[in-house]
Amino acid sequence: MAVVFEKTNMLTETPFHYCPGCTHGIAHRLVAECLQELGVEGNVIGIAPVGCAVFAYNYFNCDMQQAAHGRAPAVATGAKRTNPDKVVFAYQGDGDLASIGTAEIIHAAARGENITVIFINNAIYGMTGGQMAPTTLLGQKSTTSQAGRSVALNGNPIKVCEMLATLDGPSYIARCALSDTANVNKAKKAIKKAFENQIAGKGFAMVELLSSCPTNWGMTPTQAVDFVKEEMTKVFPLGVYKDIDKE
Amino acid sequence: MKVLMKGNEAVAEAAVRGGCRAFFGYPITPQNEIPEYLSRRLPEVGGCFIQAESEVSAINMVYGAAAAGARAMTSSSSPGISLKQEGISYICGAELPCVIVNMVRGGPGLGGIQPAQSDYFQTVKGGGHGDYHMLVYAPNTVQEAVNIMYDAFDKADAYRMPVMILGDGMIGQIMEAVELPPIKDPANFPKKDWATDGTGVGKDRRIVNSLYIEPDVLEEVNHRLFARYDELKKNETRYEEFMCDDAEIVLVAYGTVARIAKSAVSELRAKGIKAGLIRPITLYPFPSEAINAIAAKDCVKSFITTELSMGQMIEDVKLAVNGLKPVDFYGRTGGNVMTPEDLVNYVLNKEDK
Amino acid sequence: MEEKIIIAGFGGQGVLSLGQFIAYAAIADGKEVTWLPSYGPEMRGGTSNCSVVVCDKEVASPIVARPDCLIAMNKPSLYKFVNNVKEGGTVIVNSSLIPDKVERTDVKAVYIDAQELALQAGNARTANIVVLGAYVKLSGLFQKELVAEMIKNKFANKPKVIPANLKALDLGFEAAGK
Repeated sequence: MAVVFEKTNMLTETPFHYCPGCTHGIAHRLVAECLQELGVEGNVIGIAPVGCAVFAYNYFNCDMQQAAHGRAPAVATGAKRTNPDKVVFAYQGDGDLASIGTAEIIHAAARGENITVIFINNAIYGMTGGQMAPTTLLGQKSTTSQAGRSVALNGNPIKVCEMLATLDGPSYIARCALSDTANVNKAKKAIKKAFENQIAGKGFAMVELLSSCPTNWGMTPTQAVDFVKEEMTKVFPLGVYKDIDKE
Repeated sequence: MKVLMKGNEAVAEAAVRGGCRAFFGYPITPQNEIPEYLSRRLPEVGGCFIQAESEVSAINMVYGAAAAGARAMTSSSSPGISLKQEGISYICGAELPCVIVNMVRGGPGLGGIQPAQSDYFQTVKGGGHGDYHMLVYAPNTVQEAVNIMYDAFDKADAYRMPVMILGDGMIGQIMEAVELPPIKDPANFPKKDWATDGTGVGKDRRIVNSLYIEPDVLEEVNHRLFARYDELKKNETRYEEFMCDDAEIVLVAYGTVARIAKSAVSELRAKGIKAGLIRPITLYPFPSEAINAIAAKDCVKSFITTELSMGQMIEDVKLAVNGLKPVDFYGRTGGNVMTPEDLVNYVLNKEDK
Repeated sequence: MEEKIIIAGFGGQGVLSLGQFIAYAAIADGKEVTWLPSYGPEMRGGTSNCSVVVCDKEVASPIVARPDCLIAMNKPSLYKFVNNVKEGGTVIVNSSLIPDKVERTDVKAVYIDAQELALQAGNARTANIVVLGAYVKLSGLFQKELVAEMIKNKFANKPKVIPANLKALDLGFEAAGK
């Protein structure tokens, strides 16, 4: 019988702990597939964040380091600089990367640190129970913005890709959405390019993945992916924000 | 051959000779000569130097490099060490070896830039969250700082924990003649089968982590760490006694203050007062047994702890003396440094009373 | 023996390097030494000083409260430290910048026109070496030839400045002997 689909070697046998309808699982799968297809098995160091993906070290089939909240790009820098021949990636959420870890991500990008960052933007703090994130949309309700996010009180959401694309360091910055098959396929291409750039020594690459959090958004999984597609992409437009190969 | 070197630069060179191949730091007075020196020295030996965007990032770069198997270090001074405490707690939790140098300055807050010893608490009592300790050395000369730095990575690797070298502005800025030891061959360093160097797959996969969500597992980790601290106490406690054999008044001091105290002891002896000095070289583990043994001697009348602080180490001295003899305190703060004469006068005034 | 020295002046007068020359000479002479600078904002143009302790055994305290010798390169430095000098100690005064006389009678005051002698040596920037020469003569700690060797080593990569510095050392040495 012909095999049409297989579990990728770059994921372990450990079942994911993610909620039903959460797109972390898709993101993990895409990263793992890309690493396997690039043939770098046995040459990878992954950095897990604090947040829902804290247990990522149980899932990726490679050496893993668990970093303090927001510090994954600094930890990745230390690992990469002392092991320049290894593929090093940091996997971070929006609270981790765009709030407490803004200094680390900006300076890793500014240095052109030769690492790959996977940025999960689901506009909410998932693990701590649905608090407002730096990327929470205006009007979006969270446990700490119960009447909906307001500009007066909370300011506007932070657009990380746009911000990092202004720097000279990054080689590739893209935003994709894990909302439907076509966009998931695009996301995989972007992730692969981000790793290819690292392997080619081109420097810092980041892919932002607009993701869903049905549990904390109070939606069904289908409502949640629709929200990603229809609402989040208005504030966070999809596309490639920087690509030194095209400049 | 002896060479005249500034403390900070000597420590930096000793780090390289002791195997350091990665440094991550952020500028702060009075330790800037360490990163400056290493920024030009490390590339010569194939090492890596990065000036991080903050102390927070610097210690986390150390975390990443140490987790991947490198001999990595950082250096800073008090306010910067406060910022590093989060990372230090994670490094201790993840059982990673590294070296941290703290050239202490006065506080609290931005404080000053002159020498101080007011980081004793944040160094030996934790500083970050959780139950943990580091192996803490307090050198009193540039040569001793060099010797300690030279072996610091070996100790860190042996116990899989950070080693902190607690200097002060004086140790950093002073120039003294030093004998530099030969460069260690990295081929002789112990293999780190736990390191996440990227080669692990499947069953051989390694994880560096400080998260233990199951209470029983975390409790086990805490017990494992403390069993290691017991080993430290047994094997690594270091101190120096000076003229304690027949001493009636025993000074207790560490770091550069111990040199000042040593001068004071000699001057007091010249005046016919039987003074002595005990100098902890490791602040953790603290030489409690040695101090207790001295306290138990009949000739000893009292102890005087002297520090560049409002009195921090004195708590450990009192615990060690355990009520056997009175323990007094003489300290200067703010970056002021006592002179031997200050100490002599303090002792003479006490004797008069 | 133990000799404690404080050298003080403006930043830029070569105060710290003057202290370092004494330290280098001490090591070459087989002695123990500590050189401790004041540090901080004053490094950038304000007052500057360093403490040097030379000893035939390990130096205990590097802090100098009561120096055997004070080298004052400017007026504020003289007044800041002169009362700390040990009874019977020496004060070397850079008389080019300090018109005042030392009021204390229990110390030996020696006035060196360092600026003028530096010009005579052919380089205005050798005033600190002039004073070094005076110190070598007055302290009797080291042979002048040993210090000359230190100067040659220190300026090995700037050989053009060596003759003026050696001349400055000689002029200071002679001036202190008068």
